[in-house]
Amino acid sequence: MNINELNELKGKALKDLTVSEGYRVVVGAASCGIAAGAKTVLATLQKEADAKGLKNINIVPAGCIGMCVYEPIVEVFAPGQDKVTYINVDAEKAAKIVAEHLAKGNQVPEYMIKDGAVRNLNEIQFYQKQKRVVLKNCGYINPEDINDYIALDGYQALAKVLTTMTSEETVELMKASGLRGRGGAGFPTGMKWSFAAKNVADQKYIICNADEGDPGAFMDRSVLEGDPHAVLEAMAIGGYAIGATKGFLYVRAEYPVAVHRLKIAIKQAKELGLMGKNILGSGFDFDVDIRLGAGAFVCGEETALIASIEGKRGMSRNKPPFPANKGLWGKPTVINNVETLANIPQIYLHGAEWFKSFGTEKSAGTKVFALGGKINNTGLVEIPMGITLREVIYDIGEGCPNGKAFKAVQTGGPSGGCITTADLDTPIDFDNLVAVGSMMGSGGMIVVDEDNCMVDIARFFLDFTVDESCGKCTPCREGTRRMLEILDKITLGKGTPKDLETLDELAANIRLTSLCALGQTAPNPVLSTMKHFKDEYEAHVFDKKCPAGVCQALLSIVITDDCKGCTKCVKVCPVDAITGKVKEKHVIDDSKCIKCGACIDACSFKAIIKK
Amino acid sequence: MQNECKCNCNTADDPRYVELKAYIDSVKGNEGIAMSVLQEAQTIFGYLPLEVQKFISQNIDVPLAELYGVSTFYSQFTLTPRGKHHIGICLGTACYVRGAQKLVDKFVAELKIAVGETTEDGLFTLDATRCLGCCGLAPVIMIDEDVYGKLDDVDAIPGILDKYRG
Repeated sequence: MNINELNELKGKALKDLTVSEGYRVVVGAASCGIAAGAKTVLATLQKEADAKGLKNINIVPAGCIGMCVYEPIVEVFAPGQDKVTYINVDAEKAAKIVAEHLAKGNQVPEYMIKDGAVRNLNEIQFYQKQKRVVLKNCGYINPEDINDYIALDGYQALAKVLTTMTSEETVELMKASGLRGRGGAGFPTGMKWSFAAKNVADQKYIICNADEGDPGAFMDRSVLEGDPHAVLEAMAIGGYAIGATKGFLYVRAEYPVAVHRLKIAIKQAKELGLMGKNILGSGFDFDVDIRLGAGAFVCGEETALIASIEGKRGMSRNKPPFPANKGLWGKPTVINNVETLANIPQIYLHGAEWFKSFGTEKSAGTKVFALGGKINNTGLVEIPMGITLREVIYDIGEGCPNGKAFKAVQTGGPSGGCITTADLDTPIDFDNLVAVGSMMGSGGMIVVDEDNCMVDIARFFLDFTVDESCGKCTPCREGTRRMLEILDKITLGKGTPKDLETLDELAANIRLTSLCALGQTAPNPVLSTMKHFKDEYEAHVFDKKCPAGVCQALLSIVITDDCKGCTKCVKVCPVDAITGKVKEKHVIDDSKCIKCGACIDACSFKAIIKK
Repeated sequence: MQNECKCNCNTADDPRYVELKAYIDSVKGNEGIAMSVLQEAQTIFGYLPLEVQKFISQNIDVPLAELYGVSTFYSQFTLTPRGKHHIGICLGTACYVRGAQKLVDKFVAELKIAVGETTEDGLFTLDATRCLGCCGLAPVIMIDEDVYGKLDDVDAIPGILDKYRG
């Protein structure tokens, strides 16, 4: 295929995508959509439309539309009209949408948001505050059809780079754009490319890091499932820039849908000559291969990831040498994260200045966040850098559910920290989040409310890092374990004031002496919660109380005045801690009670509670 | 044949070994294939017993010690057989703050096994998994390929388990 043919195909594909008559029906079918029932909805829509013999109806699966709470989502596009969004669709609703909307043109307001008061997602604040660069195609195009991607300027950036720019110019433009790595650390992508480009070698590699291990983060999965070609196109551009002819996508094994769609995408790109030998007649060869992870968080670290692709245990090593000098099989290698790559075709299409027009001076562009936890609008959001956390949590996320009080937002996952109400007006960018004691991380943003115990949250993250430490260096392997033991003690009510000091000391040493970022950042969740929620730690240590009522061992089980004296609880108590006469209120001896909760389950009057 | 199996195990007739051998032949010559061969072997056998690792070692010229190192490093590889149904409770952050621990406790109580174990009848293996990426549906569990989301009510669990007992 040459450029003229690509443009010809684009014209044709665009016609198919923007239906001139009839309807285009899109079903959000990313992993979470599928989990909510998107496949049934897709099948029902198609079956019903076929049964009715409807013409000019194009029903397609798409990636994540972004608003998880409304899954499965169906959007109906018609020429010259605003789209219509149906939410929480099931088979029955799908059949009615076909019978009414698609067959007769009668929209079905009762299946829309607020019974039709909101006719499509663009009308709600959740979308209005967003700026979609990375996610521009997500939830709209069919990720399993390359034509949809080509219709919306797909592979045009690669064509532009290959035919009008030198490798050096390609690197320079990336530098000028100010794009920083979206995997967490925020290292300038253009710099990374320039290091690898300078090295002379018979073979270089570009790797897409899709080992999205941060618990509570699903941005990269959504991009891969919704717009896989954007990542492939970017890898080819990066390959051209640094002089690599081979790329690897390292995807975590927990993402089968993403892998499936990537495989289709690679096959389609190869068939059209957009991957492989002599791409678009430019003489540039580029090929990609998928490698699956096998469940190791540390493989998100560059050197561990390289070891894993080489078929070894995923253990990190000392840097330098940096991968840009000595990477995969000892060759110069660039590793870019999925979201970073997804920005790249847009940057080459519209220019560095365009990209810098979003975001802040030092953090250009947008950032995708996976908003989750105790928040009303869980979902995938892409915001221009520089808007405040408050806007994300209250305007986009609409606050905590059930009227509970917001306590903190956790960013950066096991390497990050929590940000409290006091810092909610901080504009989001790489440097500001570090300044308030957390970090950007890959984009997980978990909201916790008054019912969550911060000591328990810190313990949760440490438990994660202890499990995921590769074991190579002592500070990380042993140090994090000792910290976890102390936190376990504290949550069990056996903590001493000395423990708090020891935690501080261990944290400082682990930070300084660990081999890789996993260990160096592992103490962050503890330090951050100790700083902002010292009172909670102290309540656990001094008063032996868990203010949020989470830590089991610190709770008391009590019998309320609703007790009818039926004696059921006395019979189930394994340690004979409950006493009382028949038909009189019973009492629990706290010194004997082991908090097993058997009495709570046994009580027919809901008279036994944890306090 | 250069890399014929030289051990005395009875693998020649076992269709699973034939399938694995065919896969190895298809990727042989590429660099760093140990992981993908182990992954394929686990798909075929369900787990990675030592005999299978020996077979792979001989066929891809990677020392058994190294393969064993790899298969014990990554959490997705298992050296013991698993139950017929695999239950994965997501312990990602979003699920955790939304009460995934209660789900773990309930499954442990219902199945009378600890996390990581298999029931005596070989029906269920219980695992706490890393983030499944369905944070919008938290708390989430996965039984085989089926995802159950928004499991705020732990009392729904016995009913879900019954579906797999039939």
